[in-house]
Amino acid sequence: MEGFFAWFQWLYDETGINLTYFYDSFDRARMIGGFFTTIWLSLVCLFFSSIIGIVGAWLQGSRLVWTRRIVQGYIQFFRNTPPLVQMYFFFFALGNLLPRVKSEFGFMEPMLGNFTWAAISLSFFAGAFNVEIFRSGIEAVPESTREAAESLGYNRLQSYLYVVLPLAFRVCLPALNNNLVNLVKTTTLAYAIAVPELLYVSNQIWSDSVNVPEMMTTLLILYVALVGLLVWAMHRWERAIRVPGYGT
Amino acid sequence: MSSTTDLPVLLPAAQRLAERARREREVGGPIPRLTARHGAWLAVILVFSAGAAGAQAGAAQESVLSIMLKWTPLLFQGFIFNLAISFLAMAGGTAAGALLGIWQISLLPPVRAGSWLVTQFFRNAPWLVLLFFCMFLLPFQVEIFGVVIPLPDWIKATFGLSLPVMANVSEIVRGAIQSIPSGQWESAESLAFNRRQTLWQIILPQCVKRMLPPWMNLYAILTMATVLASVVGVSEVMTLTGQVLSAEGGRTDLLVPFYSYILLWFFIYCYPIARLTVRLERHFVVKT
Repeated sequence: MEGFFAWFQWLYDETGINLTYFYDSFDRARMIGGFFTTIWLSLVCLFFSSIIGIVGAWLQGSRLVWTRRIVQGYIQFFRNTPPLVQMYFFFFALGNLLPRVKSEFGFMEPMLGNFTWAAISLSFFAGAFNVEIFRSGIEAVPESTREAAESLGYNRLQSYLYVVLPLAFRVCLPALNNNLVNLVKTTTLAYAIAVPELLYVSNQIWSDSVNVPEMMTTLLILYVALVGLLVWAMHRWERAIRVPGYGT
Repeated sequence: MSSTTDLPVLLPAAQRLAERARREREVGGPIPRLTARHGAWLAVILVFSAGAAGAQAGAAQESVLSIMLKWTPLLFQGFIFNLAISFLAMAGGTAAGALLGIWQISLLPPVRAGSWLVTQFFRNAPWLVLLFFCMFLLPFQVEIFGVVIPLPDWIKATFGLSLPVMANVSEIVRGAIQSIPSGQWESAESLAFNRRQTLWQIILPQCVKRMLPPWMNLYAILTMATVLASVVGVSEVMTLTGQVLSAEGGRTDLLVPFYSYILLWFFIYCYPIARLTVRLERHFVVKT
């Protein structure tokens, strides 16, 4: 492994292509950390946005007019404003309203860090789309299917879990995937509030080592590989479970 | 489908969701759906926040309205700049993307595979990363035949924004061409049209109306994405607003009025486009 890293040092000396994140252990740790921060941020947001989607879809079916209106307002707000503005709003406006706490070094620090705020704002952003998607997915399952399940002796929860949700999920998946891919791309915006994700650490590295072209190319290739892999895997899954005759 | 039954497998919501997913995939992102109510809300927020800021300011300070009027010409210039970036990026992206899209159905495998690869590459890269890429890697001037052409920041940003537009236009074109029934190709062939003639005289004219709604959706997305250029320091409307706010002494009470003012401009510009797109989508709906 050392020989592999040393080769990049040689590459730099010979050709001037400076890939510091291979031969410099500090930069390597930063780069790997950034990569996993991006993935972790995406996973956290995926999880919470799904929960927001499910709860929101359930609330939208509520009998109370105001519950429905609030959910609708939430969707409209987060769908039609730029995610960058939302992130600024959460981090600078709401972040300043929360009380400050003492950190382990004795400094006064905001209660929630920038990663948490990025996760919150992106989850709400992606969640707004998920509410609509889950809602139409559940709407698509006919009442007669539910009745058929009931006539076979399923109770309400069982018919929901074993009949309605699996069908709804198969209908939802293409739209959910679009949302997921969009979410992974949107994590780059966390750069604006200094979350150490891939774009941010690359920026740090190229500021330190002045190797902008190498870092930019690496960044582009990493993102394209990450998103490309995701799109490819999701399309395969979609094709495998699609309901014949619906969508393409 | 040959089966006939009174009981639907899935209700129309399924087809709507599938259609929505297809549309989003074509333009590579969520499609904004603006309604008049959004504009009304923005106006209400603007009026109330300006009123609140005015009430806080007291008599000694300049009124919020006059501050906003004072800076409007400058901010409007910045907004026009955003629109110029969006026009140029759209024009460049459409020209390159149309070519790429036609290459994607080429009969030559290398051309087909190459253009597919380029399309997928730029579709999958985040907009912000492409923007950074162009900002940092394009030189500040180029020399062609001894003529030095300067490349200011905004041209680089325009180029950076036109790359994802190109890839998405390429997908729109390919999708539209493939949505034309194969009978059109076959009947053209039976009338002794060659491939180029079939494409230019029969297939593409039919594609135009199918491509128009997604193309306009893409334009709306691009217009909203032009503010990303503020992250890389182009002096467009968002950057200018930040500068104006700090010139006014960083008053936090001006934050909401100013930003909602800018959002309202974007709304006024994008709303007619969104309405027209919805109308065209209904008008051109493919009857199957």
